[in-house]
Amino acid sequence: MKAIWRVFRKEFGETLRERRSLITTLVVGPLLMPALIGVVLSLAIRHSGTPSSRPMALAVAHAERAPQLMAFLAQYGVRIEAVHADRRQSRRRVERSHGPLLYVPRDFGARLASGKPAALRLYADESNRAVQGRVRRLSTLIGLYGGTIARLRLVARGLDPQLLTPIALHPIDVSTPQSRAALALGMLSYAILFTMLMSGLYIAIDATAGERERGSLEPLLTMPVRREHLVYGKMLAACAMMVISLVLTVAAFAFAMRHIGLDRLGMSVNFGPAVAAGIVLGCLPLIPAGAALMTLVASFTRSYREAQTYVGLVLLIPTLPLIFASIMGLQPRAALMAVPSLSQHFIIMSLLRAQPLPALDIAISATVSLALGAVLMFLAGRLYRRENLLG
Amino acid sequence: MIEARGLTKRFGALTAVDSVALRAVDGRITGLLGPNGAGKSTTLRMLYTVLAPDGGEAWIDGISVVHAPLEARRRMGVLPHGAGLYPNLTARENIEYFGTLQGLSRAVRRARAAELIERLEMATFADRPAKGFSQGQRVKTALARALIHQPRNVLLDEPTNGLDVMAVRTLRRLLGELRAEGHCILFSSHVMQEVAALCDEVIIIAAGTVIVQATPDELRARAGTQSLEEAFVRLVGLEGEGGPA
Repeated sequence: MKAIWRVFRKEFGETLRERRSLITTLVVGPLLMPALIGVVLSLAIRHSGTPSSRPMALAVAHAERAPQLMAFLAQYGVRIEAVHADRRQSRRRVERSHGPLLYVPRDFGARLASGKPAALRLYADESNRAVQGRVRRLSTLIGLYGGTIARLRLVARGLDPQLLTPIALHPIDVSTPQSRAALALGMLSYAILFTMLMSGLYIAIDATAGERERGSLEPLLTMPVRREHLVYGKMLAACAMMVISLVLTVAAFAFAMRHIGLDRLGMSVNFGPAVAAGIVLGCLPLIPAGAALMTLVASFTRSYREAQTYVGLVLLIPTLPLIFASIMGLQPRAALMAVPSLSQHFIIMSLLRAQPLPALDIAISATVSLALGAVLMFLAGRLYRRENLLG
Repeated sequence: MIEARGLTKRFGALTAVDSVALRAVDGRITGLLGPNGAGKSTTLRMLYTVLAPDGGEAWIDGISVVHAPLEARRRMGVLPHGAGLYPNLTARENIEYFGTLQGLSRAVRRARAAELIERLEMATFADRPAKGFSQGQRVKTALARALIHQPRNVLLDEPTNGLDVMAVRTLRRLLGELRAEGHCILFSSHVMQEVAALCDEVIIIAAGTVIVQATPDELRARAGTQSLEEAFVRLVGLEGEGGPA
């Protein structure tokens, strides 16, 4: 048992001097990931308001020729900016990358009064995506205004205005700001789990492929220490790195989330110290399983490079349940809490949403994850005793 | 004292080592000589308990490597082929780490590491990370690491490979000193001059079997030649070709 501690101390100390693993643990995890998710989330927040409710500026030439239309548009949040321009100037103005411009011809009022189609000119550069959206919104609004006039004309002639709408399509948008943000928050739990695993990668690979490649495995095996104790010590060191990374990453997320305004999504910004501590505690039981899984996979490979490739692929495994969960809209229940990594995802989400899970669910998650870790660590120990470990 | 009887190792259909018997006594340097692929490394690996024999047994100071490998390891210092160090640890830390694994107390580790560093002339690089070491510096560090627990028996697999002249001289001097102190030294080589210069006893191994164990003088007498190299070629040839030509 003492040997496990001795190996642990050396591996942990040595890793703290290894630049690659330190960058993974201290930089990628706690800094890069929160920054990335923060950007995605704040973009989600910025685009979360429904388009029709946001005010929109529109330049109008000769607004005075269509006062009722202008009043109608203003009602729907269009801010009219009257400009003085003839048709040629209007065109040039839009070409010089201004927003869309509505030009009201001189005969607009007269044609409308006489029941003839009254033309409006909308100058816009539709290669610009933002302008496309405004043009679409404007067409809808003007169509709506025209429809109202058409109905009034029918009524004036004694006809049922419903004749004009043989089909009524009602698009119903059920997306809510929360559901749009759910995807980004799903990424958050993925980012936490992924960076946590990543930081154990170096030691896990080093235990077999690394030691073998640099030729230090054979001398190590001549020490009066049981082989499985060597690998247990190494896996514990990997776990320690993962704990450090987990704590730093969650702390960084807690900091980042407070500064991007999740409340504008109607989400709980309840990412204080208590929630952060809860997330750390919820994820801890997954650490031994992660360290052992990476060590196991690395022990089958022939070189450090090969190990990096395979272990990198293995890191995707914990993400699969998360993807299924978001595609299938899975909700936490006892059976699902027995799936490691998925259960940690549920725990993180429930804490962020301030919808606590039953204690039983959390107990299942911790027990199953720890049991899996114990089994995988035992297997890794057994594999370390194989003779062809030396390659 | 290292002894083996009937030591056998198979890799699939290939019998790498076939019923090897040998004996290396205290206070002498025994050389395991043979062409590449003769089974020298496999034999040593079984002796230092990294490989388990498929047949036969070996004893280090009378302790079975098959039945009490941990106890046997305590009595051995091993320099395997291609001595790998931990690149982020200094030479001194590499040496002391093995002292830790041997269960030495901190004070003892420190003192012994310092002593070995001086003895192997490592002072100039002892506190540098092993990352950029030359082959000579690596072998010295690995050797010091193998000797940290003052083992009675020292096993070395091709220790002079890739060493420059100065490093080889240091190594020879150290092995000579260890012999004088009464250690049992067993090392493998495929270089005749190496063996001739160092060994009190030579074990010639070819195609996985021991052909002869004798002193260099006995070997020359047996092969009827004054040159050890000629003796080696003749003795290996005899066995290899299935009889004299």
